[in-house]
Amino acid sequence: MEEDEYAGGVIKKFLYVNRRQPHGTVYALESLETVLIGAAFDQDVSMLFIDDGVYQLKKEQSPDGIDMKNFSKTYRALEMYDVEKLFVERESLEERGLSAEDLLVDVEVIATADVKALVDEQDVVLSF
Amino acid sequence: MSTLNIVNKSPFEKRTLEQCLKRVGDGDSVLLIEDASICAVAGTAYQDQLNATAELTKLYVLQPDLDARGFTDAKLLEPVQCVDYTGFVELVAQHDRVHSWL
Amino acid sequence: MKFAVLVNEGPYQHQASDTAYQFVHAALQAGHDVMRVFFYHDGVNNGTRLTSPPQDDRHIQKRWSDLAAEHKLDLVLCVAACQRRGIVDEDEMKRNGKDADNIAEGFRISGLGQLIEAGIEADRLITFGD
Repeated sequence: MEEDEYAGGVIKKFLYVNRRQPHGTVYALESLETVLIGAAFDQDVSMLFIDDGVYQLKKEQSPDGIDMKNFSKTYRALEMYDVEKLFVERESLEERGLSAEDLLVDVEVIATADVKALVDEQDVVLSF
Repeated sequence: MSTLNIVNKSPFEKRTLEQCLKRVGDGDSVLLIEDASICAVAGTAYQDQLNATAELTKLYVLQPDLDARGFTDAKLLEPVQCVDYTGFVELVAQHDRVHSWL
Repeated sequence: MKFAVLVNEGPYQHQASDTAYQFVHAALQAGHDVMRVFFYHDGVNNGTRLTSPPQDDRHIQKRWSDLAAEHKLDLVLCVAACQRRGIVDEDEMKRNGKDADNIAEGFRISGLGQLIEAGIEADRLITFGD
């Protein structure tokens, strides 16, 4: 995709809040697209996965049978774009019978009580 | 540092309201708009939860959304303040950031 | 204060585009600057000029176009979302070999970078969606 280099010099803290499953709606894919495009702007990016958003990071997704792209591998590539702050809420995992071992990428697991502190650090919150 | 949290889903249909409320705290505000506006009305199953939230968090409702749904003269929860679109704009300006719980 | 607005839903199906419009209108009335409205996902459907809503209903696209003309608003449709949904300007028509364009007055098509830039440059970014 063509993108204009941003030369403004401002660095803001962007938080992408992911609360929905992949595949059922387009939002998980679009969140990832935005993060990747945003990487060119050298901003301070964090991603937070809460509620059904934790399913975005589930290992072994095979969407061939529903004729959709397997974009889950892209989460592993985020590091190359300097997107290294991935937070997953423990309670959201537990409610769904999941643990960090079920996820395809290394994340920092935080508690529900820590979410507010993370949000409080941000300049921009984008919710998908 | 304060966040304006916006909820637009009915808690009778989706769990967005409770998902928002358990992650907000001191100094934050919650604005109920669109289909979430109806839970500002007194007497719903969510009134205790909202009243408890209001001990730390300010609660607002978008009046035109209440009006549209037939609750212009309804008794609202005591801690809820009504805003119009101009008040909505002021709330956004007064907080450090906006978090729309979609 | 400088605002930027993100609209994620199309017209008529969901109230999001209406609320976004009322918000932008009120912000402008109050003397604030709205530096960009970015339309993403189904939100790009707000930008086709081919809609004909009944006369007793609001004309959502026209309302945006009129507001843009009056206040020099920057209404940006996400290019990738447009390509998937058939929202086309002259450039896109030529590039993708289509036989028509349908973009409405006051809108332009551009990349997602415009959303990030809005997040950086505006004092507040506010999202309307489902």
